[in-house]
Amino acid sequence: MESFTLAVLVQNQFGVLNRVTSMFRRRRFNITSLSVSVTESDTRSRITITADGGGRDKDQLIDQLYKLPVVVSIAEIKEEDCVTCELLLLKVQNKPELRSDIHAAAEAFGAKIVDYTRDSVVLQMVGTARNIDAFIEVMQDYTVLEICRTGVISLERGAMTIEKKAEIY
Amino acid sequence: MMLSGADIIVKTLIEQGCDVVFGYPGGQIINVYDSLYKYRDELRHVLTAHEQGAAHAADGYARMTGRPGVVIATSGPGATNLVTGIATAYLDSVPLVAITGNVPSGQLGTDSFQEIDITGITLPITKHNYVVGRVEELADTIREAFRLAMSDRPGPVLVDVPKDIQIAQCEYEPLPPVKADEKKAAKDVRIQEAAECINQAHRPYVYFGGGLINSQAEEEVLALADRIDAPIGCSFMGISGVPTSHPRFLGMQGMHGHYASSMAMHHADCIIALGVRFNDRVTGNREKFATKAQIVHIDIDGAELSKNISPAHALRGDLKLTLQKLLPLLEQKRHDPWRQAISQLKNDENWSLDHREGLTPRNVLLALNRFTKGELPVATDVGQHQMWAAQTLEFRKIRRFVSSGGLGTMGFGMGAAMGAQIATGQRTVLVTGDGGFGMCLNELATAVHENIPLVILIMNNGVLGMVRQWQTLFFDKHYSNTVLDRKTDFVALSKAFGADGRRVTDLNGLDEALKTAFQSDGPYLIECMIDKDEFVLPMLPPGGSMDDIITKVGD
Repeated sequence: MESFTLAVLVQNQFGVLNRVTSMFRRRRFNITSLSVSVTESDTRSRITITADGGGRDKDQLIDQLYKLPVVVSIAEIKEEDCVTCELLLLKVQNKPELRSDIHAAAEAFGAKIVDYTRDSVVLQMVGTARNIDAFIEVMQDYTVLEICRTGVISLERGAMTIEKKAEIY
Repeated sequence: MMLSGADIIVKTLIEQGCDVVFGYPGGQIINVYDSLYKYRDELRHVLTAHEQGAAHAADGYARMTGRPGVVIATSGPGATNLVTGIATAYLDSVPLVAITGNVPSGQLGTDSFQEIDITGITLPITKHNYVVGRVEELADTIREAFRLAMSDRPGPVLVDVPKDIQIAQCEYEPLPPVKADEKKAAKDVRIQEAAECINQAHRPYVYFGGGLINSQAEEEVLALADRIDAPIGCSFMGISGVPTSHPRFLGMQGMHGHYASSMAMHHADCIIALGVRFNDRVTGNREKFATKAQIVHIDIDGAELSKNISPAHALRGDLKLTLQKLLPLLEQKRHDPWRQAISQLKNDENWSLDHREGLTPRNVLLALNRFTKGELPVATDVGQHQMWAAQTLEFRKIRRFVSSGGLGTMGFGMGAAMGAQIATGQRTVLVTGDGGFGMCLNELATAVHENIPLVILIMNNGVLGMVRQWQTLFFDKHYSNTVLDRKTDFVALSKAFGADGRRVTDLNGLDEALKTAFQSDGPYLIECMIDKDEFVLPMLPPGGSMDDIITKVGD
């Protein structure tokens, strides 16, 4: 399925996430990933959204977002122009006979062990959504107890910023 | 000067050029009402019977003037009673500023008495809303609300003011009224492409909606049609946008549109769509909608351009400014075969018109036209009478039709008609049905109290006619809960409220009643007895295409 990722700069104020997500719900956009964070400015928050759909869905989502007065600017995240990553925490059952396999898989994906007990291992991984999907898929061979991922965050390569891009729209 | 928050609200409204507000007092807005008392010589307040009526009145006022209507209500139920009115304004792009009181800031979120999260409730039906956090922000928040309500595509904005903010004091300096954001034409390159497309058309159709009225692009639209030799049709929201009698005007198209207008759109090879949103009532089955046409879609709201249809040319910009740039790029045309086809369609439509004698819906409205002369505001409720009115009423002046198109709010009419009358100072007509009137008749009390010259024309068929029509056509005549069978005596009712009225059963009686009504000082009610099995025709069945159009119902 086609999907696209947008970075949305919004005013940093009470209830802003609710305004944005309320519009998604009402207009029935299918959001697959969403992350919100502080930015370089106190007055701005940054929302990164990945949604299913093609060009028309993307145009519609951008146009609807721009109608919200809290939205300052929007930039499309194109993989080739951007540094994109996601953070994963994955808890898997620890068994003596599987220990080395889990280690090997983690190493192959560059995942770190951040918690270790006799019964469980928590792995942390930073990577693209696709790599994280692949790692989770590999870990299905073991007993995965819990998964938590942050959603995609992204910055454009080079000196261009989302705020500068706002002029272009 | 140091003023309380409540005073600042009233002073800011006055500063913004507001001359009348509609509302209803209550515990958490009582300070504002004290300020309304203080400044009563500068700002008129109209007390309605119910907050919903106040919201619709502010809406009717805004539709007439193009300026934001203002409604004030208390917290809790006062605020929730506004919801239908705000949603109605939202769906019809009407500038509205709603001000609600709320419990003191410290009590917010604790389910205090009459506390409700009205900003949460109205999030999807306002352009934006605010909870004011500091009295210092109050004046600017209201100014911002006015600016947002009017800018781009207009719509409602709500400002929720906790009681402690109404009491707190701060410095207030009056400012000049805010202006709507500057409007822009579409991009030149898009206009150029659209012009090339239109220049190649042989069967062009100019189609406008409420956007024409908001942009005041009447002259430009008529000039466009003259230049490219096109007939003109409109959506429901476009009614009164151009004079009904204009020779190029075919009337409303769509589910209950004029036959010639819908057919011309169906056969056009180029549709120039202006300030419309291709609602389902307009297109029917979108797969089969105007399949032969290239669509040039101009709208100030970019989100409309990719929402319901995919036009060949999408131009985001103000209609008036965009058309002014487009017009010089268009060649003067004359399409004789298309003209002949259109006049044939008009003939066909004339044939299928309802030419019966007696108190038919059409004859009632034709009689009304002789009194309004197309000059006076006419409001409606929702249902069959609304569609008959949309088909039959004559308008010579822009902004004279006041009707809930997008939301289809029964109970809209009384409030809206009062707002329209107060805005224009003109005698105003409410065309309503016994169902819709039943939902808002409490506002008769307001109309009498304010001595509003209102002609209330109830088409009483004893049934919920529009739903009944669907039940007749699509539900095997199972008239589930649509036969009202009430014993309401509307004439006695009008007298009980302190108005006057008359029941009519024939056209002569109607003429007499209209004469009385149009000379009356205050509201006058005419109960017009209509057959319960009158149909709104033509009808495009829901989800159907022009091939499925119903022009006659036999039995």
